[in-house]
Parts: sequence; C-alpha cells; structure tokens
Amino acid sequence: MRELLERLGKMAGALVTNTGLMALMLFHASIYAFTPPIKFRNIFKQMEFVGVKSLFVVVLTGSFTGMVLAYQSFNALKRFGAESLVGPTVALSMARELGPVLTGLMVSGRAGSAMATELGTMRVTEQIDALHTMGVNPIKHLVVPRILAGVLMLPFLTVITDFVGVVGGYFVGVHLLDINPGVYMGRTMDFVNVEDLFYGLYKSIVFGLIISLTACYHGFYTTGGAEGVGKAATNAVVLGCVLILAFNYLMTSALL
Amino acid sequence: MIEIIGLKKSFNSKKVLDGVDLAIERGKITVIIGRSGEGKSVLIKHIIGLLRPDSGKILLDSKEITALREREFNELRKHFGMLFQGSALFDSMTVAENVGFPLKEHTGLHDDEVMKVVAEKLHRVGLVGIEGMMPADLSGGMKKRVGLARAIVMDPEIVIFDEPTTGLDPIMADSVAELMLETQRALKTTYIVITHDIQLTYKIADMVAMLHQGKIIAKGTVEDIKKNPNPVLKQFLEGSAEGPIKVY
Ligand SMILES: Nc1ncnc2c1ncn2[C@@H]1O[C@H](COP(=O)(O)OP(=O)(O)O)[C@@H](O)[C@H]1O
Ligand SMILES: [Mg+2]
Repeated sequence: MRELLERLGKMAGALVTNTGLMALMLFHASIYAFTPPIKFRNIFKQMEFVGVKSLFVVVLTGSFTGMVLAYQSFNALKRFGAESLVGPTVALSMARELGPVLTGLMVSGRAGSAMATELGTMRVTEQIDALHTMGVNPIKHLVVPRILAGVLMLPFLTVITDFVGVVGGYFVGVHLLDINPGVYMGRTMDFVNVEDLFYGLYKSIVFGLIISLTACYHGFYTTGGAEGVGKAATNAVVLGCVLILAFNYLMTSALL
Repeated sequence: MIEIIGLKKSFNSKKVLDGVDLAIERGKITVIIGRSGEGKSVLIKHIIGLLRPDSGKILLDSKEITALREREFNELRKHFGMLFQGSALFDSMTVAENVGFPLKEHTGLHDDEVMKVVAEKLHRVGLVGIEGMMPADLSGGMKKRVGLARAIVMDPEIVIFDEPTTGLDPIMADSVAELMLETQRALKTTYIVITHDIQLTYKIADMVAMLHQGKIIAKGTVEDIKKNPNPVLKQFLEGSAEGPIKVY
C-alpha cells in the first residue's frame, strides 16, 4: 500500500515536472518565434519535412478511411432507407473528426518520432551544447522552426486528408454501392458547410502544436545515449497520440 | 586570467565538484587531467556557461562570469571556442557549413567571404578540398580537425578542448597534438584542455592540474608534476592499477 502510494506520488511528481518543463519550452519558443532574426530557411526546411514528406501517408490514410466510412454508413443508413445520406455522413465525419485526428496520429508517428530522434541524437552527441557554446540559442534554432512547421502544416495536411477521404467515399458510394452521383453530391452540398471544415482545421492546429512540442521536448531533454534516443522517440509518439485523442475529446465537447 | 574559486556542483545529491580552486593563465596551454567520470567535462561546462555552479564562482579577467545572465553570457561566448569530445559536428550540414556556422550567425560576412575564411581555417588544420563532405563520411581524426577549425573560426581568445585525443589511434592523436601546438603558438590563444592522455599532457602542457574527487590535488608545470610526490598523481601518471586509487 505504501509502495503504491509512493509510486503514485513519484508519477504525479514526474507529471508536474514534465508539464511544467513543456510549458516553459512553449513559452520560450513563443517569445523566440517573434524575436529577429527569424530563420526562414530553417522554418521552410521543417515545413517541407512535416508537410511534403507526410503527403503520401496522409493520402493513403484519408482515402482508405473515406472508403470504409462509405461502406459502414451505407450499411447503417440502409436500415432506415436513408442511403442517400452516405455522402454527408462521410464528409462530416472526415471534416470534423477523422480528418484532423487521423492526420495528427499519422504525422505524430512519422514526423514526431523523427523529430525526437533527430533532436535526441543532437543532444547526446553534444550538438545542442555546441550550438549553445557558439552563442546560438538552441530553442530558437531548433525548436521554433519545428513548432511552426507543425502548426502551419497540420491544417494543410488535414485538408488533403479530408479531400481524399471524400473522394474515396464518393468512389465507393457511387461506383460500388450504386448511389446516384447527383444525389450523393447534392446531399453532401446540402448538409455540409464550410464551418465544418474549419472546425476540423482549428483542431488540427492544436494537434500540430502537440506533435511538435512533445517531439521537441522529449528529444531536447534526452539522456542516456543511443538507448535514450530510442526512448525519446517512443515517448514522443505515445504522449503525442494520447494528447491528440484527449484534446480532441475536450475540444469536441467544448465546441460542439 | 581565469580564476575558478571554490566551485561546487552536485547532480541529484551526487557530489561531482567539491570546491575546485584553479587559476588559468592567458596565452598558455593548461591541461586538466583526471580519471574518467571525475567531472572534467562538468568543470569546463561551467567555464563556458553550459552549467551553473551550486556555489563558488569563476572570474574572467576579474569579472564574475558565473553571475552573468544568459544573454550577457551569450555575448561572452563569442570569445570562446570549444572542441567537443565527439567533435559535435552538425550532421545535417556540410563541413563548410559547419565551420562557417558561427560566422554566419554572428558576423555580417557575405557567403563568399565566409567561404574564404572557412577555406583558410580548414587549410590551417591540414584539410583541403573537403568543404562539401558530410560529417558522417569523415574519419574520427578528420572530424576532430573540422571541429578544431570550427572552434577557432571566430579567432576566439580562449579555446576549450574536451578530450581531443580520446578515441584516436596514437599517430592520429600525435598529429592532433601537433596541430594544437601550431594553432596555439600562432596566435598565443588560451587553450584549456581536459584529458586523461598522459602523452598529450607531456607534449603540449604549459601548466598541468589534476582533478581528483572533486578537487584540484596538484598543479604545476610538466617538470613540477613529474617530481610531485603525491601518490594519487604518481599512480595516475604511471598508469598503474596499484596505489591509493582503488579500481573496482
Ligand atoms: N547533466 C548531468 N546530469 C547528471 N549527472 C551528470 C551530468 N553531467 C555529468 N554528470 C555526472 O557527473 C560525473 C562526471 O562526469 P564528467 O564530467 O562527464 O566526467 P569526465 O571527467 O569523464 O569528463 C559523472 O558521474 C556523470 O554521470
Ligand atoms: Mg568528459
């Protein structure tokens, strides 16, 4: 019993420390993001890394999800003769929930783990110390571009996920389930509006911040050599995914 | 003159530095020796402000640098260069970008001017025509040389070396030692070197200090050190398993 309490106490302590340090990192990064000189080259490089290089996996995820959604909603809606509503069901689910969440999870696995690995390697090989000794702030040089890239590119990737999801749904609905194309598109236009898209994009901005911040935090404070780098990457992805799901719930319950 | 006064540092209740007192003269090569894990790296990280002491202070030309705020320290760091144990080259950048990095960050030099300085420094460390290579493609000795070129690219007054010869074969180690002597003599820079390499110490040191159990236990020229009767120092210099230092 005492052991259990001690364990819980330690975990709570670690939670407070981690949250505090992460908040501090975010605070410093926000300040440095707006202090000149702004390192556009670094920012573009990270945007390319997070955005362009995640395109493939995001397109795959979006299209398969859209197609599966079409099948399942068809199956459900058919039971009360509302097959014509497959289009809006797919589009709404993609735009409001699955687009941002799946994009977040996939980018966390791909870019978040890579970011944590890169920064962790830089930490254990003293490259971060080297920056410091050269009078270059490592938060400004390394963390700011990654956080900006996450925040800017996640909405962009989410739009793509949403789009290919809807295309995938259309393909299944119209070509495989024989829903009339005019009805499919018409119903989608009737029920889905641009606010639904933005609702998902707001979420994706938060997810982008979560991915970059957890990755930078775990990478930046890596200890313990090569093994530590591996742990940092794993922890970054696990924490990133959990936070994405938790914040998604919070935002949905608050915004709906 | 760099004066380290009563410097103490612990990590999670583990005492690493326990009141280090040491004066380092300008324009000379001071070598700090000690066993692995004795806190040599921790000591120099205090000099360059990567770590802050629990108590004690460091004076640079009578100015207390341990009391400086981060931004003030950053200004000061432009007068320091450091060669890390693993060279710490940025592996996302080419050799030229690595060496030119401090110039790009801190001077208004144009790209072609930067390249000129980079080529000159690389030449000084005996490397020609490798500007476009990536650090991953270099041997350990070449990395050290590139690291040295980067450390001296801003013509710093003080250069700190963390185990410059560890991990190199004896011939490469000697050539790095030669290089250190050459670059130091050319500009009379202050070099602070930490190492457990006795050969290197004898070869380059103007002044030697031994760090043991968190304190400086002996200090002097190479001649002084060789004559010093301190048994711990003797055992270390002879590289013997027998003596007051117990090996587990
Ligand atoms: N940032 C740190 N956090 C905790 N312990 C550290 C840290 N840096 C060094 N230490 C500990 O301090 C001791 C001295 O390390 P170091 O200065 O690297 O030794 P060396 O003399 O081989 O350079 C080691 O036991 C190391 O584990
Ligand atoms: Mg060391």
